[in-house]
This record gives sequence, C-alpha cells and structure tokens, in this order.
Amino acid sequence: MKRLESTSKVIPSSIMIMILLLWEVASRRSIDLARMLPPPSEILITLISNIQVLWQHTRITLFEALTGFVISIILAVLLAILMDGIIIIRNALYSILITSQTVPILVIAPLFLMWFGFGYLPKILIVILVCFFPITISLLEGLQSVDKEMLNLLKSMGATRFQCYKLVKLPAAMPNFFAGLKISGTYSIMGAIIGEWVGGKDGLGVYMMRVRHSFAIDKVFATIVIISLLSIALIKIIEIAEGKMMPWLQLQKQKNMEE
Amino acid sequence: MKKLEVVGIEKSFGSLHTLKEVSIELKDNEFVSILGPSGSGKSSLFNIISGLSIPDAGSVFIEEQDFTGKTGRVSYMQQKDLLLPWKTILDNVSIPLLLKGIGKKEARKRAAGYFSSFGLGGFEESYPSQLSGGMRQRAALLRTYLFSNDIMLLDEPFGGLDAITRRKMQQWLLQVLESLQASILFITHDIDEAIFLSDKIYVFSERPATVKRIFEVELPRPRNNSTLTCEAFTRIKEEILSLL
Ligand SMILES: Nc1ncnc2c1ncn2[C@@H]1O[C@H](COP(=O)(O)OP(=O)(O)O)[C@@H](O)[C@H]1O
Ligand SMILES: [Mg+2]
Repeated sequence: MKRLESTSKVIPSSIMIMILLLWEVASRRSIDLARMLPPPSEILITLISNIQVLWQHTRITLFEALTGFVISIILAVLLAILMDGIIIIRNALYSILITSQTVPILVIAPLFLMWFGFGYLPKILIVILVCFFPITISLLEGLQSVDKEMLNLLKSMGATRFQCYKLVKLPAAMPNFFAGLKISGTYSIMGAIIGEWVGGKDGLGVYMMRVRHSFAIDKVFATIVIISLLSIALIKIIEIAEGKMMPWLQLQKQKNMEE
Repeated sequence: MKKLEVVGIEKSFGSLHTLKEVSIELKDNEFVSILGPSGSGKSSLFNIISGLSIPDAGSVFIEEQDFTGKTGRVSYMQQKDLLLPWKTILDNVSIPLLLKGIGKKEARKRAAGYFSSFGLGGFEESYPSQLSGGMRQRAALLRTYLFSNDIMLLDEPFGGLDAITRRKMQQWLLQVLESLQASILFITHDIDEAIFLSDKIYVFSERPATVKRIFEVELPRPRNNSTLTCEAFTRIKEEILSLL
C-alpha cells in the first residue's frame, strides 16, 4: 500500500522534471525559441524579482475570485435546495440556468464592463456567472439521488422536511457538492482573469495584458505560473476541507481498496 | 390489552392486487410473526402500519385509536439497515431521540447506555462501514428500539445475514427482549425463525396476500437450542409446511 502510494507520486513528478529539463535545454540552445518560450529558470528569476508587483495584482484577482466564489456557493446552495424541493421552480429554472451557460463569457465580459464600470463588480459578476452553475447542478443531482428508503425511515420517525434535509439530504449530497466546488474553484480564478482582460485598473489579467503589449514574454509566463499556482492551491484547500468534512468517505474508500 | 389492530386492509398498486382483507392483532408484550412468500405484500403491510403508505380500505388502530396514514407512532426497522454512512454509530442511533426534541448531548448519553446490552460496546465512534453485518443490524435495531419501544415493526431484520450469525442474532434478540418491554410484529420467510421467536404466527398466502392461518406457538420460554429440536416445535413446523 505505502509503496504504491509513493510510486504513484514519484512517476508524475519525475515526468514533470523531465519536461522542464527538456524545455530548459531546448530554449537555451535556440534564441528564436527563447523569444517565444523563455527557459523555466528565467521565468523563475523574473517571478522572484517581480514578486512585489505580482503580489499586488494577485491580491486583487484573489479578492475578486474568492468573493465571486463564495457568493456562488451561497447562491448555488439556495437554488439547488429550492429546485430540489419545488418541482415548479425546478422546471422553470433549469432551462434558464442552461441558457445562462450558453452565452460566451468573452461576449458578456465587455457588456458587463459597459454596464457596471471598470471596478471590481463586473469581474465578480463574471466569476459568479461561471461558478454557480457547476455547483448548483452537481448539488441538485446529489439531492435528487438520495436513497428514498433512508428518507422514508426518517419520515416514519416523524422527521420534518427541514430535519430530512439536515440529517439525510444535504450530507448525502456532499460528495457531489465538493465535485462541483472543485470544478468551480478553478473557474473562479479564470473568470476573474477574463474579466480583467477586458478592462480594469489592476489584477493579474490587467498585468498580463500590459506585459504582453510590451513583449515581456518572461513576465507573461511568470503570471501564468502564478495563476496555475493559485488554482492548484484552491483545489488543495477544497480537497482538505472535503476530507475534514467527510471522514466517513475516506474510510469507505480505504475499505473498498482492501477488498 | 390490544396494542395494535389492523382491520380489513386492502391495497393495490395499479392493477397489482397486493393485500386482500388483511387483519392482524398484536397484544401487549407479544411477539407476532408474519410468515409468507417473498413478493406477497408483507413489506407493503408494514408501510401501511407505519403510516408511510395509505391503504385503499381498512384501518390501523393503535391502543384503540385510529392511526391510519399517520407516521411517527410505531418504530419500523426496514429490511436494509439504512444506517447513515456519514454518521458514527452513536450518532446514528441517537437520531430518533433527536427527532423527539431531545438535545444532542442528552440523546447521545441515553443511547450510549444501551450499547453494551446490544453488543455494540466500543463501537460508539465507528462508522457503519467499519462494522460487520450482524453489528449493523443490531445498531439498526437499537435505533428502532429508541424511537418507540412499545410497538416495533421488524421487516426481515436478519434476512441478509449468514446462517450462523442469524442463529446467534435470534438467540440474542430473545435474550434482550426478556429485559425489555416491547410488542413486536416481525416479518420473516424463515419458518424456524418464526417458530423459535414468536407467540403467534400469521401465515400469508401468495399475492394478493391474505391471512391463510394463525398459529399459536405455545413453547415455553426462555427458549434455547433444545427448543429447536423439541417435539412441539417439529409438530408446528410440519403443520406450517403442509400449508405452504
Ligand atoms: N410502491 C410500489 N409501487 C408499485 N408496486 C409495489 C410498490 N411496493 C410494492 N410493490 C409490489 O407489491 C408486491 C409486494 O411487495 P412487498 O410488500 O415488498 O412484498 P414482500 O415484502 O412480501 O416481499 C411486489 O410485487 C412489489 O413489486
Ligand atoms: Mg419485503
């Protein structure tokens, strides 16, 4: 078991290192290539020497993404519970929600800018637009697939609707909820960046546009690294929260592995 | 005194006539079994008695009061243990107490008091997936008992267990019942189990289920392994077998 786990981590990280090494060597040998694809070592140096500027912009992007993300979660939980509980609302909202996802973000973003100005609001709205949907749909799916017999058992003991949600429906839907959170987590950073691309004063998206216009390709890559790190960190935090909130799931997985 | 009386129950699911004029009586502190082929409508009857489902005709009386279609009076253990996988055993078992409005701490304390007599001592903080099948059934039974101990409906509680565990659970149940006051209605399709545990057995027909015959089991208590081989036991068994 232990050995299996450690090899499963060793293989992907050694592949990563191989790719980075190849990249380093290739772009050091060709100046043309280095202009488009600076070597990783140079990106790292740029990142470290610009860390203060980068951090200023990161803070803004993080603020927009997290604010939008948290609002999305609240919105999604309310919507999913309403849609689960009341069929009329489910039928009415389902098609509206789907439609909201068919409008391309790159079209919406400039519109939001016109309507809501250059501040943080349009960015947060874009984050909400891309984030609430995956959470709502996965939570709704979780709520709908709850074991009917478990619900019947609670009802036979005289549980109220609220108690059914608290004791059975919401906990049963937790794994789906977290699956939705993980998808939305990465979307939230992307959403904020896209919102900033279209126009704004600060944030990683704005910074990225600015350095691209001045052909500082190493800075573009440094920004990409930051964006990836942010997304990965967010996913990790969500995974840790998942493990803390559902220790029983871990036990079940372990048991399945043993069998 | 009559604890529970079911009178003239009729139930159809669409064109599927499931229960036909079913009447059953359960006295105080009595153990009554319903024995019948699977698919005859035994679980459907329990759904009606528990109030989860409403009969097409007939009534359910509990202590002379009409409880047809009303949930929350009798406790009902269904075929599956239905323990919530996200709660520890102690929290699972405390649920009926919580639903009655007892505070969480007090509910846990009260439930924990029964753990050793239900053979669950030391597993309070385990999750259902960590328990054996027999232990899960005992936990489900304790949860049922804590909801309402005067009338308990048990639907094939030992149906999913292997023969040896099953035998142990039957003996354990009899032993626990000696110290608890409870009236029990028990579904099984195992003839030996029905005779071993019951004071009275209702034998159901194939679907639509009707009461084919009622057997009084006058075997002395406490019952044990020798009960299974005594002459009276075999006589009842033969009678039931000839009926099916
Ligand atoms: N809610 C339901 N809707 C339609 N048919 C049902 C429903 N519940 C049970 N039945 C049918 O009624 C019959 C009796 O089922 P059940 O009471 O579970 O039998 P038993 O418990 O004796 O094995 C079965 O044929 C089953 O398919
Ligand atoms: Mg059944």
